[in-house]
Amino acid sequence: MTLAIQCRDLRKTYDGKVEAVRGLNLEIESGECFGLLGPNGAGKTTTIEILEGLLSPSSGQVTIVGKTWESDARELRESMGISLQETRLAEKLTVRETIDLFASFYREPRRSDDVLEELQLTEKADAWVGKLSGGQRQRLAVATALVGNPKVLFLDEPTTGLDPQSRRQLWDIVRGFQKRGGTVLLTTHYMEEAERLCDRLAIIDHGQVIAEGTPADLIARLGGHHVVEFAASGEQNGASTEIWKQLPGVKSVHKEDDGLVCLHVQEPHLTIPALLDSIVKRNSHLLHLSTRQASLEDVFVRLTGRHLRED
Amino acid sequence: MSVSEPLPKLKDPGSQQPALLRNGRWSGFNHLLAARMTELWREPEVMFWVFVFPLLLALGLGVAFRDKPADVTPVAIVAGGEAQSALTMLEHSPEHSLIRAEIAERSAALKGFRLGKYDLVIEPTPAGEFHYLYDPARPESVLSHREVDDALQSAAGRKNPLTTSTTVSSEPGSRYIDFLIPGLIGMNVMNAAMWGIGFALVDMRQRKLLKRFVGTPMRRSDFLTALATSRIVLMFVEVVLLLGFGVFFFHMRVMGSWLAILLVGTFGALAFSGIGLLSASRAQKIETASGLMNLIMMPMWIFSGVFFSYERFPAVIQPFIKALPLTALNDALRATVLEGATLASQSGRLLVMAVWGVLSFLLALRVFRWT
Repeated sequence: MTLAIQCRDLRKTYDGKVEAVRGLNLEIESGECFGLLGPNGAGKTTTIEILEGLLSPSSGQVTIVGKTWESDARELRESMGISLQETRLAEKLTVRETIDLFASFYREPRRSDDVLEELQLTEKADAWVGKLSGGQRQRLAVATALVGNPKVLFLDEPTTGLDPQSRRQLWDIVRGFQKRGGTVLLTTHYMEEAERLCDRLAIIDHGQVIAEGTPADLIARLGGHHVVEFAASGEQNGASTEIWKQLPGVKSVHKEDDGLVCLHVQEPHLTIPALLDSIVKRNSHLLHLSTRQASLEDVFVRLTGRHLRED
Repeated sequence: MSVSEPLPKLKDPGSQQPALLRNGRWSGFNHLLAARMTELWREPEVMFWVFVFPLLLALGLGVAFRDKPADVTPVAIVAGGEAQSALTMLEHSPEHSLIRAEIAERSAALKGFRLGKYDLVIEPTPAGEFHYLYDPARPESVLSHREVDDALQSAAGRKNPLTTSTTVSSEPGSRYIDFLIPGLIGMNVMNAAMWGIGFALVDMRQRKLLKRFVGTPMRRSDFLTALATSRIVLMFVEVVLLLGFGVFFFHMRVMGSWLAILLVGTFGALAFSGIGLLSASRAQKIETASGLMNLIMMPMWIFSGVFFSYERFPAVIQPFIKALPLTALNDALRATVLEGATLASQSGRLLVMAVWGVLSFLLALRVFRWT
């Protein structure tokens, strides 16, 4: 496998003070869909904009399809398509005019009609950009990235603020691009998106990769595929999580701010009876009990002690 | 959906892929220029400020300062005595077309004078003389006094000791409107280039469109030259409209060639495109850029002789005034439009504009912020 994107010890400091990225390493293989997952302010956008050549790193190396920004900027721009976190395209141009404009910058662009069709914008081809819905605008933004016939596609939070249907449409487009052999790097703070779309993920916090692997890998590393959540009377005021760790089958424990205790367990059928016994022995009673499959959100909470979207 | 169609692997650019097009060197520039013109065309406010407003301004000022027929002065003659003979003398005098006299009762005449209905009251005295009542604070009253006195004196047979003659000057070419229209063209070229470029850039920067563009293989110089070219295209339309308006409504005479005039305009548009580019090269907000642009344009609105000649300013600041790009543009436009001056004779002024344009463009390229 050849590497499509590689960066080593990437650092970015703004104004000599704010360290947005602190020694980040990534290796993304050709044909992969790779996700950068992390909360707002984790350094995702800074990282992706350095890779896109829009920001220069304070230090570190970036190689994309075997080329570097210092020596092959023009070639790199020919071979990649980008969609920024937020671009408001000219409102008074039509969809087709916008795609044609972007196509004109590339040596060998795709035909605008093909791109319109692929992104289901054919019907809107002659509508002004200002009249499009949020989902259509986002598809147009991706269309301007795809019209240059890129090898690598960078998408910065492509589905933020979209309704579920528009989100799914975009996922299909990304999969289609990947199926044709393209490499995708996307950032997201939607767990579902990362789990469904990405082959591999890097979880980023405070400008560093804190975990990396396939979604299934990362969840497996929690130790348990199941989560048991409960609340018991008398447990709110800071009772030690150590008691729960000693229950059979419990791999790790996490306590929520609202008093809810989460146990990551391998075999719920062993853990739950023991948990109930223990609560009875402590003279308290259950206020809440539920079980579910572990998700990337649990991975994130486990790693950082915070939720992904604490807005 | 085309997604599922078996397409050749992207990793293999050597394979034939009929869906790809091939773009030439100027494809980006041409599309950027076309997109800019399309956007302007679809922006009603732009069309108003660029085309309609200068025409309205020219029309308003042209009408306000038009060459009116000389005012007729209304005069009252108090009834009684020699009143009738005074009236006859005025009606047969050489100045009769400028004087409208009527006989009125004394009280009505005085009341009319007070209210401004009459500029002058003539009261025949019992001794057969004429007594004038006029107000030295009212210019029209002063004028009326002199005109009526002249008329009566010459009607009574006064001979002038000195022979004089006069020529009336209201020929096209020396009127206020002739001075004004080239000035308006100059000001409009400046305003349109500065606002047009400055606002477009700051707006695109705010929308992150500039950032999106530099993420493509677009040549940055193509983008900036397309923006400046769009101003030149608009300038052609503006010059033809305003000058054409002057020719048709005010019978202006265009002495120079239209080609020379458009070339002078091109120098102006390039100078102000450069300055507009520079003033918007870093601003993140419209307010910042518009404040800066007002600051830059203010001295030129005042000093560069748009509405009145800058010769009225003290001699000390004349070199400063002549170094301003708008002064150079206005002077060169007036010289070519009104006097038919050749481009060669305007080379000094063209140089002033070129220096402003080139220096500000180069400086803008150095400090320009795309993100």
